Amino acid sequence: MAKVWVYAELSPNGSVHATALELLTKARSLADTIEAVVLGPGATGAAGPLGEHGAQRVFASDDEVFANHLAQPATHALHQLVQEHQPNLILFAYSYNSRDVAGRLQAKTRSTLMSNVTDVLGPEEAQTQIFGGTKIVTCSLQGPDPKLLVVRPKAFEPEPSGGSAEVVPVEVDIPDELKKPKVGERHEEQAAGPKLEEARVVIAGGRGLQKSGNFEILRELADAIGNTAVGASRAVVDAGWVPYSMQIGQTGTTVKPDVYIAIGISGATQHIVGMKEAKRIVAINKDPDAPIFKLADLGVVGDALKIVPQLVEEIRSKKSSG
Amino acid sequence: MNVVVLSKFIPNPAGTPELGDDFLVKREGVEGGLDPGDEYAVEAALQIAEKAGGEVTAVSMGPEPAMAAVRKALSLGCAKGVLVTDDTLRGSDVLVTATVLAKAIERAGFDLVLAGVESTDGSTGTLPMALAELLGVPSLTFARKVDVTDGSVTIERQTEAGYDVVESALPALVTVTAGATEPRYPTLKGIMQAKQKPVDQLSLSDLGLSADEAKPTQQVTGIEDAPERGAGEIVENEGQGAARIAQFLLEAKVV
Ligand SMILES: Cc1cc2nc3c(=O)[nH]c(=O)nc-3n(C[C@H](O)[C@H](O)[C@H](O)COP(=O)(O)OP(=O)(O)OC[C@H]3O[C@@H](n4cnc5c(N)ncnc54)[C@H](O)[C@@H]3O)c2cc1C
Ligand SMILES: Nc1ncnc2c1ncn2[C@@H]1O[C@H](COP(=O)(O)O)[C@@H](O)[C@H]1O
Repeated sequence: MAKVWVYAELSPNGSVHATALELLTKARSLADTIEAVVLGPGATGAAGPLGEHGAQRVFASDDEVFANHLAQPATHALHQLVQEHQPNLILFAYSYNSRDVAGRLQAKTRSTLMSNVTDVLGPEEAQTQIFGGTKIVTCSLQGPDPKLLVVRPKAFEPEPSGGSAEVVPVEVDIPDELKKPKVGERHEEQAAGPKLEEARVVIAGGRGLQKSGNFEILRELADAIGNTAVGASRAVVDAGWVPYSMQIGQTGTTVKPDVYIAIGISGATQHIVGMKEAKRIVAINKDPDAPIFKLADLGVVGDALKIVPQLVEEIRSKKSSG
Repeated sequence: MNVVVLSKFIPNPAGTPELGDDFLVKREGVEGGLDPGDEYAVEAALQIAEKAGGEVTAVSMGPEPAMAAVRKALSLGCAKGVLVTDDTLRGSDVLVTATVLAKAIERAGFDLVLAGVESTDGSTGTLPMALAELLGVPSLTFARKVDVTDGSVTIERQTEAGYDVVESALPALVTVTAGATEPRYPTLKGIMQAKQKPVDQLSLSDLGLSADEAKPTQQVTGIEDAPERGAGEIVENEGQGAARIAQFLLEAKVV
């Protein structure tokens, strides 16, 4: 019988990352034995939610070494656990820290790694999507265990199973040579309003907004609608208009709001994979042939800099008369 | 200081890649060049070598046309190139690519390896980390800023919430995001000089690897169309757009 592991990531504040619960929910449909590995400050506390989502055992260490030296200590510890317990499959999230650990682990286990996974069909079969999610590719995974899958966030809906986990403390000596990188100052960019992943409405701006200052009209629109987060395309993040934490897409955040409004965004495949699961999609773009219109439920052809301020007025007047 | 920069060849950087009958991305007989994501790493490598002294070697694995990616890196200022080409490497996965690149880089010698964060076509986003593990060096990933001083490298590492400052002794591997540098353009002189610069073209056996060690462990078994999200209503009249969106939001019960 297959044994599936989830490498559970912790947020900087020590709480368990939502992706771990998504992966555990999927793992329940793949195997009878489901276990999680969680390393870093907050790990033991995370065993609660991990157990509630299906982990029967949680290998945990609260050691700060896992937070202060990037991926090598975690890879070392995870590799030791793998050798001892021999899982068949390990699920990771496609996030920065988990990608680091998965990539390094693969070089140690010399087993297969599939990335950008959107569905797992079995312990040796997984799917990914290409060309902006228009094609689904199925892959068979070969070679020695453990197979390593790096899964896109929000690929699965987390559902509690009502279980609880046995906590197995991890005790591993991390050699000094694996502690060379030292994490120093940590900077957090404070974003106002709801988080991108959680907001009911997400409005995202792209290069079509012409200049960084014009993002202000999106913030006004977000305020007018309420429970709305503002995101961006990579083009404007790279241009330095807004911080990376606002980026939506393959290499940014994946969102699934009730309504997604793309404003001055062309709809490149790498952007689309991060938002195409929204319940409803609205697009404003002055180019009638912009690819984003192909998936919009409502598309408006025109100048965003004119339409958005009008929309703010419309919503305000609807609300006050409402 | 020896700086190595990974320079992946991708077919048709501006458009959608094409798939062959074997489900692999077509890389032969197509126009292509240096992955745009690697241009930032090349720029960072050149700046570091200009500041700290030393030279930059561009390393790539790919079919014959991949020489275009190496030449592009040379035209920008890299001193020499290494290209690993071998028929057995068609369709290789992350582990095989990392194994090959590790051998080639060890052969070239390095203090610092720079790479992109994810390739435009493969996008596994895990190759550099596997490579770092094989080379036995730290991986400082997702750098939005890189600086090298006195045998150590410092980066600003992008995080979900902001960035962390991370420092490490060399040798090390660093992956560079698009925001980190402003890639230069090749000059005519650079393009001419690139043709004279040395490029080591290596096969698997040159690297002491057997075909067995280059066997991919993944196989595409099928490709199907994803369910379509049919296009919806289009409002062509700019003046009516705002009112229509407001009504749409009302119907969606988010206002
Ligand atoms: C490996 C890789 C990963 C990537 N990851 C991501 C990712 O995570 N997220 C992401 O977003 N991108 C990502 N990209 C980049 C992606 O390919 C596109 O370059 C990017 O999404 C384009 O951003 P944009 O739509 O804002 O800009 P553009 O493509 O330049 O589009 C601007 C749009 O604005 C419209 N416009 C112009 N003026 C107006 C106006 N006044 N009113 C209305 N519309 C107007 C134009 O018609 C155009 O459609 C990635 C690329 C690579 C290679
Ligand atoms: N065949 C290759 N040759 C050289 N560098 C590569 C190759 N494949 C990947 N890379 C490097 O690894 C990074 C991440 O690639 P990937 O894991 O495919 O997303 C790229 O940005 C390149 O710098």
